[in-house]
Amino acid sequence: MRKLGEYVLFLGALFKNPESFRTYAKLILDECILIGINSIVLVSIVSVFMGAVSTLQTAYNLVNPLIPDNVIGLVVRDLTILELAPTITGIIFAGKVGSSIAGNLGTMRITEQIDALEVMGINSVSYLVLPKIVATLFMYPFLVILAGTLAISGGFLAAKFGGVLAPADYFIGLKLEFNTFSVYFALIKSVVFAFLVSSISAYMGFFTKGGALEVGQSSTRAVTVSCIAILLSDFILAQLLLV
Amino acid sequence: MIEVKNLTKSFADKTVIQDINGVFEQGKTSLIIGASGSGKSVMLKNIVGLFTPDSGEVLYNGRNFIGADRDTKTDIRREIGMLFQGGALFDSKNVEQNVKFPLDVLTDMPEDEKLDRVNFILKRVKLENTNKKMPSEISGGMQKRVGIARAIVNNSKYLFCDEPNSGLDPQTSIKIDQLLQEITDEYKITTIIVTHDMNSVMEIGEYILFISNSKKLWEGTNDDIIHSGVQELDDFVFANKMMRKIKSLG
Repeated sequence: MRKLGEYVLFLGALFKNPESFRTYAKLILDECILIGINSIVLVSIVSVFMGAVSTLQTAYNLVNPLIPDNVIGLVVRDLTILELAPTITGIIFAGKVGSSIAGNLGTMRITEQIDALEVMGINSVSYLVLPKIVATLFMYPFLVILAGTLAISGGFLAAKFGGVLAPADYFIGLKLEFNTFSVYFALIKSVVFAFLVSSISAYMGFFTKGGALEVGQSSTRAVTVSCIAILLSDFILAQLLLV
Repeated sequence: MIEVKNLTKSFADKTVIQDINGVFEQGKTSLIIGASGSGKSVMLKNIVGLFTPDSGEVLYNGRNFIGADRDTKTDIRREIGMLFQGGALFDSKNVEQNVKFPLDVLTDMPEDEKLDRVNFILKRVKLENTNKKMPSEISGGMQKRVGIARAIVNNSKYLFCDEPNSGLDPQTSIKIDQLLQEITDEYKITTIIVTHDMNSVMEIGEYILFISNSKKLWEGTNDDIIHSGVQELDDFVFANKMMRKIKSLG
């Protein structure tokens, strides 16, 4: 409970004594590149294979001759939009970006760079953490859209080159009983996950004490707690918005 | 001038500094000395506001920093420059960006003026032509000088240095000490240096405050220190063979 209280106070400090808009604009842009653009390759590779494997495994399980092949496309589409793109990408994102945020802030803490900011009269939480959270909130939904598109494309490639179903059937399945709310749901999840990963990782890194060993521990803890928070909030959001 | 009155700070049940008083004058290099773990770095962090003392006052030219409202604290902090033990340079920024940082964040100065100021300060600390180097590409002594440049670039009135000579060879240490003294005198800064380096004490200690076991045991100048008559201070000052030899020579 004490940690939770500290976390809430930490979030409250984001908005105290802020710097100028110009300062934040530059920092947010830098973070967008670090957090978003630099994650594109990893997210792309994972997404293509995720979609391809989902198609093959769905085809492997749907062997009943009464179920048309195009259902595979439908299953891959819904699986991707509702779960794989936002949640699995979120867990990968926590591993890559969350550990980087915690490591970066942890190193700044133990090398007194954060103290240097405080001595200058700069609110270090606001200056260092707010741009990371804002950039993550901007970029992660784009990564989820990219992940979803590439996963579905990966499914198509598996259908075409794996020979498990005709590409035309896959396309019919993709369009079958499409509910646009699934996309909104995925985007809502992406915003929530982005906030959780960035804020939890920043909190873990910011309060690192000790040396290099503790920076590593903070990074590990940031990934672990972020993943648990993603899974927990995934369940809560599904319960609230889908059931 | 900085005045410290009855400063006390504890962590859990351990009192780290107890009831310490001191006056650090403008244009003088003041040293807080003591053995490792004596509480001198904690005292410095209380003075600059990185820690909040349990009791006591810290007055910056009469303005009480501890009980001040947020705006006053911010105003005072923007007059402070600090050199940290490890330099605390921002790893992701080059020398120029590190030195320019306080101007970027704390002032509305036009970019060309900022660059002029940065180049002037870098020249002052004898670091010309290092603008584009990253902190990892320069030596420890150069990092300290970049730290000093960053601390004074915004015309700081107060300069704090936490172990400025740690990790440096004796010659470089003396150069850093001399630079700090020159800057203090030239810009009439109130400078407080935390150190346990006896070379610094003898070289630049215009006012020395000795802390032992959380308490102030002695204050004076480097001329007086070898005749202090305080046993703990004598143990600290004459810890090495050379200092003992100097003492025996009278």
